[in-house]
Amino acid sequence: MPAELYLNVAIGGVLTGLVYGLMALGLSVIFGVVRVVNFAHGEMMTVAMYIALTLFSAFHLDPLVMLVPIAVVLFALGYALQAGLINMFIARPEHSQFLLLIAIAIIIVNVLLILFGPDSQNVQTAYAYESFQYGPLIVDATKLYAASTAIVVAAALFGFFRYTQLGTAIRACADNQTGAIVVGLNVKQLYALTFGIGSACVGAAGCMLLLIFDVTPSIGPAYTLLAFVIVITGGLGSMPGAIVGGVLIGVTEAVAGLLFTPSAKSMFVFAILVLVLLVRPQGIMGQRTA
Amino acid sequence: MITSLVEGVRPRTLIGLLVLLMLLLGAPFVAGDYLLTVLILFLYFAYVGQAWNIMMGFAGQLSLGHALYVGLGAYTAAALFVHFGVGPWLGLLVAVPIAAAAGAFVGFLAFRFRIAGVYFAILTIAVAEFARIGFEHLTWTGATAGLFLPVAQYAHNDLWNLRGHPVMFYYVLLGATALAFIACRAMLQSRVGYFWLAIREDEQAARAVGIDTFRYKMIAVMISAGMAAFAGVIYAFYYNNLFPEQVFNISQSILIVLAPFVGGLGTLFGPILGAFVIEMVAEGMRVLLQWLGIDLPGTNQLFFGVVLLLVVIALPEGVWPWLCRRIGMEQKQ
Repeated sequence: MPAELYLNVAIGGVLTGLVYGLMALGLSVIFGVVRVVNFAHGEMMTVAMYIALTLFSAFHLDPLVMLVPIAVVLFALGYALQAGLINMFIARPEHSQFLLLIAIAIIIVNVLLILFGPDSQNVQTAYAYESFQYGPLIVDATKLYAASTAIVVAAALFGFFRYTQLGTAIRACADNQTGAIVVGLNVKQLYALTFGIGSACVGAAGCMLLLIFDVTPSIGPAYTLLAFVIVITGGLGSMPGAIVGGVLIGVTEAVAGLLFTPSAKSMFVFAILVLVLLVRPQGIMGQRTA
Repeated sequence: MITSLVEGVRPRTLIGLLVLLMLLLGAPFVAGDYLLTVLILFLYFAYVGQAWNIMMGFAGQLSLGHALYVGLGAYTAAALFVHFGVGPWLGLLVAVPIAAAAGAFVGFLAFRFRIAGVYFAILTIAVAEFARIGFEHLTWTGATAGLFLPVAQYAHNDLWNLRGHPVMFYYVLLGATALAFIACRAMLQSRVGYFWLAIREDEQAARAVGIDTFRYKMIAVMISAGMAAFAGVIYAFYYNNLFPEQVFNISQSILIVLAPFVGGLGTLFGPILGAFVIEMVAEGMRVLLQWLGIDLPGTNQLFFGVVLLLVVIALPEGVWPWLCRRIGMEQKQ
């Protein structure tokens, strides 16, 4: 039996990890293009989680169904943030950008605290306790739905960057900002679009995570940190790396929670980070830059 | 010795500093109990900000995990006191090396493998979080239930065991802040200080002219961590209780970096002015909200975030360089 138990837990970890991957993908896209580290990433996700929570408790709208409109709202938030504030800071030193985003994070956490109170909340969907059984394997339905949605969203994003003209233009900005300006791209607008897309990603991920975990206003920094760890593990700026890192971290958390105590699971996540930084600082899928 | 300390300081600056010192020395005589706790917080953040400033302001290494060193200092001294009756000043002799060793560990991991900038910042947060979770499972120091020091009796001040009235803590912190200020100035004017600035401005160029950048960055992180540990010892004996969730929290690390950021990164006076501005804003906000009758959790912090946002947008270099220009005192490098 133990082998099956571990396998079941590991599968749960993979599924949660795919959602983590989507969350981290947002961070990776923003950093890869705008070169600004979004220290308010987890906080933006809690915004999406609370919107989903409110829609669910008021109108019984499923977070997975509401994912698209919520992602659009987060896109608008991200776009406005980049266009209104962060674009001003592009040429400023890294620590100045950091402070700006910390301020934004503090504001988000406390607005949520004022609006929703400090208690942790969650949604109870009709399929919360359903599961699928494949022989000895038991797969949690909620996690399976969430992970499938994450794969669809991530695939759409890959397609967008690979095959559309706008996606190509954004990649051009990431590769060579000066070159992009020379060929006539509106870099600032593309930056705003990118920040919007990254925010939409994390918004979508928030809707899925709400099905799996509780939400409190103060949970944001923990998710910001988790997203960083995933992105660095997978390789900063690498899109597939974010997903791979997410799955790795998801499985690590799940197995460590089983082997030791669930409250110590993050220690193993940080141990992986240290290991990756020591052995392969550019991350699993990252390319070493000069 | 004394003459070399004040060498190159303009008389006007020196007089200003002395007046400020007099004001701070006299403050407890006029301040009530409430104002005194605010002033203690101000000095605490001025001191620990000065320690942090050595790493980021001087050597250019962004640490976002200084709660680690403060926390290690606090827990070491408190545990020695609770379990073995070792006083805080002797405990300091253990706490500072432990924190410096932790700093050396983080520095070694990062600087050996050329981890810098954002990566370094994340690494420091991660190590601090690692310590938080570790201490939450360490029963010897009370785990999540917390570590408590026997509560002080205010009848007499026992400076040797740091048991007594807040006024005593105020003067200890004032002394520490003044010493840190002098030490930082001395370091900035020494060989090490110039090497740090060279590394901050252009690390590759610094290496090219033959500076052992690894060594000097290690020195910066160890001094900074050791100094932060002292703040931790004071924290432990002032509050008499320690919880990993509070001591090692990311928000603690962020509070530590705010004062030098707001005051002016890399300046000697920045952390002190920054800590003062932040405490005044925070307290002013509290009083204002009380007066308006608004009592919602988070409102205070929200306005704090907004003020921070405005400062970052309007005064990107910090308040001190801006003030220097306003009063016609050019910035000394």
